[in-house]
Amino acid sequence: MSFFQPPVTLFDQKGTDMTDISKRTVVKMVALTAVAAAALVGCGKKEEAPKAEAPAAAKAEPLKIAFAYVGPVGDGGWTFAHDNGRKALEKEFGDKIVTSFVEKVPESADAERVIRDMAGQGNKLIFGTTFGYMEPMLKAAADLKDVKFEHATGYKTAENMRTYDSRTYQGAYMAGVIAGKMTKTNTVGVVGSIPIPEVIRNINSFTLGAQSVNPKIKTKVVWVNDWFNPPKETEAATALINGGADVLMQNTDSPAVLQTAEKLGKRAFGWDSDMTAYGPKAHLGSAVINWGPYYIKATRDALEGKWATGQSWWGVKEGAIDFVSVAADVPEDAKKKLEEVKAGLKDGTFEIWKGPIVGQDGKEVLAKDAVADDKFLGGINFYVKGVEGKIPGGK
Amino acid sequence: MESYALLVAATLNAGTVLALAALGLLINEKAGVLNLGAEGMMLCAAIAGFAAVIHTGNDWIGFAAGMGAGALLAAIFGGLVIWLGTNQYATGLALSLFGVGFSAFAGIGYVQEKLPERASHAIPWLTDIPLLGPAFFRQHPLVYVTIALVLGLIWFLYKSRPGLVLRSVGESPESAHALGYPVRRIRLLAVVVGGALCGLSGAYISVVYTPLWVEGMVAGKGWIALALTTFATWRPARVLLGAYLFGGVTMLQFHLQGAGVDMPSQLLTALPYVATIVVLALISRNPTWIRINMPASLGKPFHPGS
Amino acid sequence: MLKLEARPQASRLWTYASPVLALVLTVVLGVILFIALGKDPVRALQMFFWEPIKSGYALGELMVKATPLLLIALGLAVCFRSNVWNIGAEGQFVIGAVCAGGVAMLAGKDTGRWVVLAIVAAGVLGGMLWSGLTALLRDRFNASEILVSLMLVYVADMVLSYLVYGPWKDPAGYNFPQTKTFEAVTQIPRLMSGSRVSVGLLMALAAAGALWVFLFRTRAGFAQQVGGLAPDAARYAGFSSRKALWVALLTSGGAAGLAGALEVAGPIGQLTPYVPAGYGFAAIIVAFVGRLHPAGMVLSAVLMSMFYIGGELAQSRLGLPKSITGVFQGLLLFCLLACDTLVAYRLRWVSSQSSAKEGKV
Repeated sequence: MSFFQPPVTLFDQKGTDMTDISKRTVVKMVALTAVAAAALVGCGKKEEAPKAEAPAAAKAEPLKIAFAYVGPVGDGGWTFAHDNGRKALEKEFGDKIVTSFVEKVPESADAERVIRDMAGQGNKLIFGTTFGYMEPMLKAAADLKDVKFEHATGYKTAENMRTYDSRTYQGAYMAGVIAGKMTKTNTVGVVGSIPIPEVIRNINSFTLGAQSVNPKIKTKVVWVNDWFNPPKETEAATALINGGADVLMQNTDSPAVLQTAEKLGKRAFGWDSDMTAYGPKAHLGSAVINWGPYYIKATRDALEGKWATGQSWWGVKEGAIDFVSVAADVPEDAKKKLEEVKAGLKDGTFEIWKGPIVGQDGKEVLAKDAVADDKFLGGINFYVKGVEGKIPGGK
Repeated sequence: MESYALLVAATLNAGTVLALAALGLLINEKAGVLNLGAEGMMLCAAIAGFAAVIHTGNDWIGFAAGMGAGALLAAIFGGLVIWLGTNQYATGLALSLFGVGFSAFAGIGYVQEKLPERASHAIPWLTDIPLLGPAFFRQHPLVYVTIALVLGLIWFLYKSRPGLVLRSVGESPESAHALGYPVRRIRLLAVVVGGALCGLSGAYISVVYTPLWVEGMVAGKGWIALALTTFATWRPARVLLGAYLFGGVTMLQFHLQGAGVDMPSQLLTALPYVATIVVLALISRNPTWIRINMPASLGKPFHPGS
Repeated sequence: MLKLEARPQASRLWTYASPVLALVLTVVLGVILFIALGKDPVRALQMFFWEPIKSGYALGELMVKATPLLLIALGLAVCFRSNVWNIGAEGQFVIGAVCAGGVAMLAGKDTGRWVVLAIVAAGVLGGMLWSGLTALLRDRFNASEILVSLMLVYVADMVLSYLVYGPWKDPAGYNFPQTKTFEAVTQIPRLMSGSRVSVGLLMALAAAGALWVFLFRTRAGFAQQVGGLAPDAARYAGFSSRKALWVALLTSGGAAGLAGALEVAGPIGQLTPYVPAGYGFAAIIVAFVGRLHPAGMVLSAVLMSMFYIGGELAQSRLGLPKSITGVFQGLLLFCLLACDTLVAYRLRWVSSQSSAKEGKV
């Protein structure tokens, strides 16, 4: 017995002869061809040359640069920050370059097609702004030797593909310094996106920063298993607050966490971009990424023929990371400590990951005065002492 | 203990979203129409409501806009299904798919917008009762409206004449038609009212629950609401309880994580869906129970004079 | 005023013309949309209907996208014709991909080419397992296959997520949620170099042919459909509706699982949390627009792929929003359903005088 008594026929039609295919195939082919033909015939111009084709004779052909974004440029977070970097490029180089972007490119097989199409459109410098583009870009790079590929947050390179990343953990540490001073329950919370080393490193750095001003701090983490999912981020933030956290940080890309804090009367930080407007009362400061400086350098490399493969990891020193819009009610001593840390990061005199650092299990992971190198930092998959819970799927 | 009270509060909030949509679908189904387009209606209502609040600053206008969007889409669905006799499942699916795409499209300009500050609601005095206060009395008015709606619906369906007519249309449209009731118009009315409630749920999501616009933000709640009506054997009170249960499981998942419980998060995320399947299996296996509870003409088209 | 009048019998002309009219309507609405957005409608139409077919590479990409859509749609057609409403093909696709990926991961550098067969078989079996669950629950417990198959989609996503975040995570992958990249030997053979089209395309076309034979030339196929079109008659004739249920679900599960295997051992080359691409749902549209007929579905699969790829191109070259693709797909289905009324009804122009004479309806 079927559960929902279904209607008797599919479209309430009777007596259709389904075996005669020739009429329909012909009709459909004709229709498709007709539309295609109409499109062809009706169009006067073919694929346009780049927008910035000024008739100036002696000028060199502008460099075409393309960006692949995983999210919408309006997300107010990760992609928004990248797009700001792109706009900085246009400001810096004017008509020496032409930029374009494709947003919401999924981290899947489709990405390869989009990237190849970008190359096919004459783009010679292509930026892929999320980890998931690594394999598609590698495959494209293997075939398109005259195009330069820049991949964010990845780890595989090729002769014409290099990686770049930002030291977001520095921003997380600075947020931690403020959090440690502002929390009244000594419990802070992090809404985690995906449990990869970058995010775990940020959670740890946040904790280290808070512990540097308040050794009693505990950090709770809730994972949403997504980069951008405002409803889930809201629920996760609510859970953290209900669990006692009164200052929240996030590694997700939307302002939902900050908004939830605003609604429930707690404090939170902006992430990737300045999120003050989303929660004016709750906002304590924003750890922002400034992709402009790197994009300008990369473009200059390409324009001057100095582009070479490698791996770049920029932070406060290079102007890629900053902590901005500190709230007015943050006490003076906290603001002062923040400035000290920032200055130290800028001139390289301050190291966040300098021993002694102890893991959750009490064992030392970094001996006294030892400074972690990039390799160590890149492979972090443990929690430091003070972080509660276990890393999903990890140790 | 405080955190349990807060968990209850969060559950009520999350459950209201599901309850409103499920109640709307209940009305549909009591009249014998199955509308698979809940997800699409909720998304379009979410962007309509969000946009309305952006432009007018008034939440209630936002809710009205959401209800309007839901009702409009439902009317199109109803017209196709009830009068033109298109297949209910296909049309509902089309509505869903279209709604997902159209809402994403219409919402493009609103992705970075913020709503004016959300008021916090608390009933004076009652909210100060220890434990019970924070648990129950610090909710948005719609949470209470939903509870009132359930009571009203129970009265309407089981104690009023129009409700009886509605149910008879759902049980045996031929008999109702023979008695002179305009079956198709009643069905259309049920579909439109149901759509309006789904729309209210959608608007609640984008205006109150997560005051942002993101494409796809309904994230499957429309489908869960569909499952919910069956899960609750088409009874309003059970729909409400079921909605709180489902809302609770979602919140529970994050609270358990926050409390340090070591379970793969995917297991917890999958829990509401597995629970739905289990309950579906349990309640469906008794054909008598189904016959008693399910509107007999659910899903079947009605042609007067046939 | 216009009036709808029931036809004495379904119009053959409109059975064929309705999808075409629906497409034309969708295009017209699309043009209006483009103009409203301030974009050149002709160029936009070019993106959708010319660019995806204009070069060998472009055609290849079109086929890469159309193959899984067609495969899944073929399976769904068996289901829908039998009145089994499997809307969980997406979940069956994912589990098929998971099983195929699991086998692919076992391959080492020295494994022989035969592993491709094992991978494909694993995909088919995985998909069947998942749809079999739905069949079991409907068979034994009477649970609605619509809701069960849909809930299982979410469960399938969680299974995939659990595996790539946990036990199957690439140990050399810096803790990123993905499996290792599969060995080259596991790759589904390509049809030609320079393109990503694989033999999967041939499989899909062969499956379309096989479906045609099954549906229209075999007794079993007839029995399958009668069960859906007229359950009482089926019972009277002794056709088992239980068998029809299982055949329908296992076939569509297997087809979806096969599509999953081809994707994972093909263009993707590993298991990631992004394997679910919505093909299971898009295939529903493909099935309907193709009239549940194998030849029709071949064409509608190509059409849907054009929407996908055209939407991508329209975004990257014209700045049109990505969500246009979703709008078109939904519009196409809506228009199809609306146009289908012309199969069963006739539009008549009735003058208001005569309707007044007839009295109110």
